[in-house]
Amino acid sequence: MNIPYTVEERPDTGLTNGKLGIWLFLASEVMLFGALFSTYIILRTGAPEWPHGELNVVLGAINTVILISSSVTMVMAWASLKLKDWAKHRLYLIATFVLAGVFLVNKYFEYKDHFDKGETPAHSTFTAIYFTLTGLHGLHILGGMVVMLYFLGPGTKLWKKNPDQFTNRVEYTGLYWHFVDLVWIFLFPILYLL
Amino acid sequence: MDKTGIHVDKTGIHPGGEGVQAVAHGHDPHHDELGFWRKYVFSVDHKVIGIQYAITGLLFLLFGFTLMMIMRWQLAYPGRPIPLIGLWLGQARAPMGIMLPEFYNQLGAMHGTIMVFMGVVPLAVGGFGNFVMPLQIGAPDMAFPKLNMLSYWVYFVGGVTMLASFFQKGGAAQSGWTSYPPLAVINDGQTMWLIGMIFLITSSLLGSINFIVTIVQLRAKGLSYMRLPFFVWAQFVTSFLLLLAFPPLEAAGVLQLMDRVAGTSFFMPSGLVVSGRPLTISGNGNPLLWQHLFWFLAHPEVYVLILPAMGIVAEVIANNTRKPLWGYKALVYSVTFLGFMSFIVWAHHMFMTGMGTTMSAFFQTTTMIISIPSVVILTALLLSLWGASIRFTTPMLFALAFLPMFGIGGLTGLPLGLAPSDIHLHDTYYVIGHFHYVVAPGTIFALFAGVYYWFPKATGRKMNDMLGVIHFWGSFICINIVFMPMFIQGLSGMNRRMYDGGAQYAYNAGLPLKLNVVIGMAAWTLGLFQLPFIVNFFTSIFWGKTVDKNPWEATTLEWSAPSPPGHGNFLTEPIVYRAPYEYSVPGAAKDFSPQFEPEKA
Amino acid sequence: MHSDAAEIRKSVRTYMLVGAALLVFTGITVGANQFHFGVPVAVTVALIIATMKGSMVASIFMHLSHEKKWIYGALLLTVLGFLILMTVPIFTTMDTIGQHVPAIGGAAAAEHPGH
Repeated sequence: MNIPYTVEERPDTGLTNGKLGIWLFLASEVMLFGALFSTYIILRTGAPEWPHGELNVVLGAINTVILISSSVTMVMAWASLKLKDWAKHRLYLIATFVLAGVFLVNKYFEYKDHFDKGETPAHSTFTAIYFTLTGLHGLHILGGMVVMLYFLGPGTKLWKKNPDQFTNRVEYTGLYWHFVDLVWIFLFPILYLL
Repeated sequence: MDKTGIHVDKTGIHPGGEGVQAVAHGHDPHHDELGFWRKYVFSVDHKVIGIQYAITGLLFLLFGFTLMMIMRWQLAYPGRPIPLIGLWLGQARAPMGIMLPEFYNQLGAMHGTIMVFMGVVPLAVGGFGNFVMPLQIGAPDMAFPKLNMLSYWVYFVGGVTMLASFFQKGGAAQSGWTSYPPLAVINDGQTMWLIGMIFLITSSLLGSINFIVTIVQLRAKGLSYMRLPFFVWAQFVTSFLLLLAFPPLEAAGVLQLMDRVAGTSFFMPSGLVVSGRPLTISGNGNPLLWQHLFWFLAHPEVYVLILPAMGIVAEVIANNTRKPLWGYKALVYSVTFLGFMSFIVWAHHMFMTGMGTTMSAFFQTTTMIISIPSVVILTALLLSLWGASIRFTTPMLFALAFLPMFGIGGLTGLPLGLAPSDIHLHDTYYVIGHFHYVVAPGTIFALFAGVYYWFPKATGRKMNDMLGVIHFWGSFICINIVFMPMFIQGLSGMNRRMYDGGAQYAYNAGLPLKLNVVIGMAAWTLGLFQLPFIVNFFTSIFWGKTVDKNPWEATTLEWSAPSPPGHGNFLTEPIVYRAPYEYSVPGAAKDFSPQFEPEKA
Repeated sequence: MHSDAAEIRKSVRTYMLVGAALLVFTGITVGANQFHFGVPVAVTVALIIATMKGSMVASIFMHLSHEKKWIYGALLLTVLGFLILMTVPIFTTMDTIGQHVPAIGGAAAAEHPGH
């Protein structure tokens, strides 16, 4: 059975179901990370002292550059589909996936370094909120990578069957990905710099 | 095929009529080939999913009710062996059948959790919302059918996790449904509660996205927002509450899980000593942080509990008074305003945390303001009865009872929302009386009304009226005897969550303690009066009186579909011509003008 | 909406420019960290820069600058909810009725006296 407005937009709202759906999901994610930011505020104001210099600013800045670049490649992956350039789309989507992977590898080394120095989540409220915020963010990166893998692999069948629907789905993935980038844009200064 | 729309062929009994052939998008050839599992278990049809939610929710309600009946024994007769099941409970819970305090606490925490998160909300939102809402807006299904199916199964896993927690070492969660740290962090049993909550919250989030997109995008031609049945408005606002308020609790659940499992100190202050030994944690955490994140959800959650119920009552009242609802616009504006306000009242649950006068004044003010739309809604429903031609059908009995019961529940909330009186009433039985009045003879009665009302749409058969009347009167009388005395107990100072019913404190002697026996008797009798409902529900599926597609002569869209509706719901594309409650229109031929019937030439 | 190929190509230029701008702002963020502002100023500066970067991602990459009313509406509600979550809990925890009791074994408490 066909659900209307999956691919074509509903005239009075101008939206497809998926577009509205992904934005609502992102709204709930804002509240999820918001709770953790609120936690950060309360814990930091309640702490007798707050560590500085425990985090590797250079690595954090590199990761920021990586994620911003991946946002550019992600939007290009979608734009290529709108221009019906399949090869470019694949290139950009793979680039996004690879950049995401590098981000996670960097984070792995960062985490390992902290654990080696005894800076575990139990060590202080600072490490606790650091690991939770970046950990949850990292899980979201992983989730995004899984979705990208699907659109690089089994999902490509949809491009032949219904190119508009495939393009829309890549767009929604892009929206999610930009949101993940956005969270990091706030996380980096808050955790690493302030 | 018989007129119930149910047909039987060599592959079994099938719900529904001819389905959607006539609708523009064409016949789906795959539907005929679905096996048993894809059709009844892993279905993506909103009606099947709605029924799955409803039956699972009703079963959890029954289980949560049973937990309460066991608790009430201990409260009425502290230290006496529990009859019937006492010896089965085992040494860890009730040695020689006598309930241990730890087990009482488990029953208390799980009763609340199961009733709220696994019973009422799945039934009200997952059950009624899923089944009725797409039909009421003229949609063929939800916007994301596969996501809908996923929501149900994630709920199911969460529910199983919660039930399984009774069998872990140390038993189930014991720190109230509110799970305040540090106690919840150092106590046994909490870990599976937290994991279960993460599943349940995820299910809710997926469902709420589906509901909002469906209501915005899949309304039928002619169905503008101000022509929506109030039930749909209620579900719409509820979905926004779930979408935006649940994530902070999901985050908090993860944080508490980390406190328990990873040794963090999000909620653990410095200097804690447990059983004479200082805890080796980093400290500097804040227990109030949990309370803020918890109540940020849990306050909107109570509106999630009541709004669908108000929606159901509105539908049933309009239908059984044969006149339009009074003040449709007022109802819509009130319910949206209520939704907004529900996000800024939460700390009225925290007046006793050492809050200063500034923030206390803020929350008292917002709490008083939020009572206004609630009163407007109740008044509009009450005024809808004026000059009405009332039909006392079984759903109407429950809907009518909702009005004074919600009135009592709401009014008794006022002294709790004001800090000076809350100082005396916080954590007493008065609070238990207040919120149960709103949820039990309030919401649950409305849900019963909904079951009796929409049963014919789901099955093509009516439930038995005699059993319905017995169910109603028995429940109504008993439930008032259960909860009314709690106000007396609370006002005299009896605290909540005491495993011996308050017997250890001298000030509870006399009437407050004696009332525990009365309440217990009423609770067990209330349980007995649910038997007519259970029997009625299951026997009517097979042997209930068959009805056509609009047995209640109602005006909203769901009654234009066959009973039960087939795959795709409507035989012809639904078009809406008028407002939702055009009953007794002057000059019309019938006493109801359905939304889906065009004007006769 | 980007349905025309020429429009998309124009957008591609915009994406690249915004990407470059974001990298520049990241540099500014790290650079600003070298100045040792007092905490309130540091927080304000950091949040301003982050908000500017975030707005660019949202309006250009996420096409929010020409999205539909329903999306704006949902986001507005969310922003309100987010602001409530950022401000009300901390105001409430800081507004107390008594004296803060220093924790046994914890560091000396230097924070908020009661009213």
